[in-house]
Amino acid sequence: MNASVIIFYILSAFILGAALLAVTARKIFRSAIFLLFTLIGTAALFFWMGVEFVAAVQIIIYVGGIVVLIIFSIFLTQKSGDEMPKPLRNRSLFSILALVFGFAFAYQLIYEHEFGQIVHKSFDVKVTEIGTQMLSTKEYGFVLPFEVVSILLLASMIGCIVIAMKIKPTEEREIQ
Amino acid sequence: MNEISITHILFVSTALFFIGMYGLFTRRNMITMLMAIELILNSVNINFVAFNKYLYPDKLDGVFFAIFVITIAAAEAALAIAIIINLYRSHDSIDVEDATELKY
Repeated sequence: MNASVIIFYILSAFILGAALLAVTARKIFRSAIFLLFTLIGTAALFFWMGVEFVAAVQIIIYVGGIVVLIIFSIFLTQKSGDEMPKPLRNRSLFSILALVFGFAFAYQLIYEHEFGQIVHKSFDVKVTEIGTQMLSTKEYGFVLPFEVVSILLLASMIGCIVIAMKIKPTEEREIQ
Repeated sequence: MNEISITHILFVSTALFFIGMYGLFTRRNMITMLMAIELILNSVNINFVAFNKYLYPDKLDGVFFAIFVITIAAAEAALAIAIIINLYRSHDSIDVEDATELKY
């Protein structure tokens, strides 16, 4: 029972606790803050697993981008101090049943599966290796998904601007 | 690190997935549904990195998948927020039960 085992249990309790609070909070701003805690906990789990680059990317994009975007959209669309309505009792009951049975089934499958010989090689992820492999065209090269994701980001940026753009009333009458 | 096997990490990611699924089924507010989807995507990321670390430590495929999933999740969240804002302008509510124009 060394320190890394204890840290893993603390981290997983933190992640699952914050996630449960995020989906059951009645005020929407608290739900966003609990989501923030969950994402930070996931980044800490990535740090614990030794992939520091993915952890840093997670913090920059998820915590620093998506959660901020969600909070801004909460401010733009409603008063954030009001209580949200509780879900219907039937819906909540069946969702909890689905959650429990789904989780039991999936974890049963995982528990019974023999993962073979787990080779305890050291998992050393250097950022230079990630960089060269991301742009390499040979085997295990990821330059095609990289370019496709760049085009996807450009398309999504243009799409967001067009969809959320406020048209002035005179132009709107012309369009309609 | 030697005592934590892959099933422990898969427990965490499976639980996170099903918690996100519960949030997606139960919530009526569109923004909280989006938050539940982000939980699901995070669980998938943990899965990818865990499989890479424990079963294939000499390759980097899981790490790359996780990076691309994070990127695509960011693009999709931005687009979803834009649609929600546009829907709010016409309906004045972000309750998913109020968007019933396409209902038969």
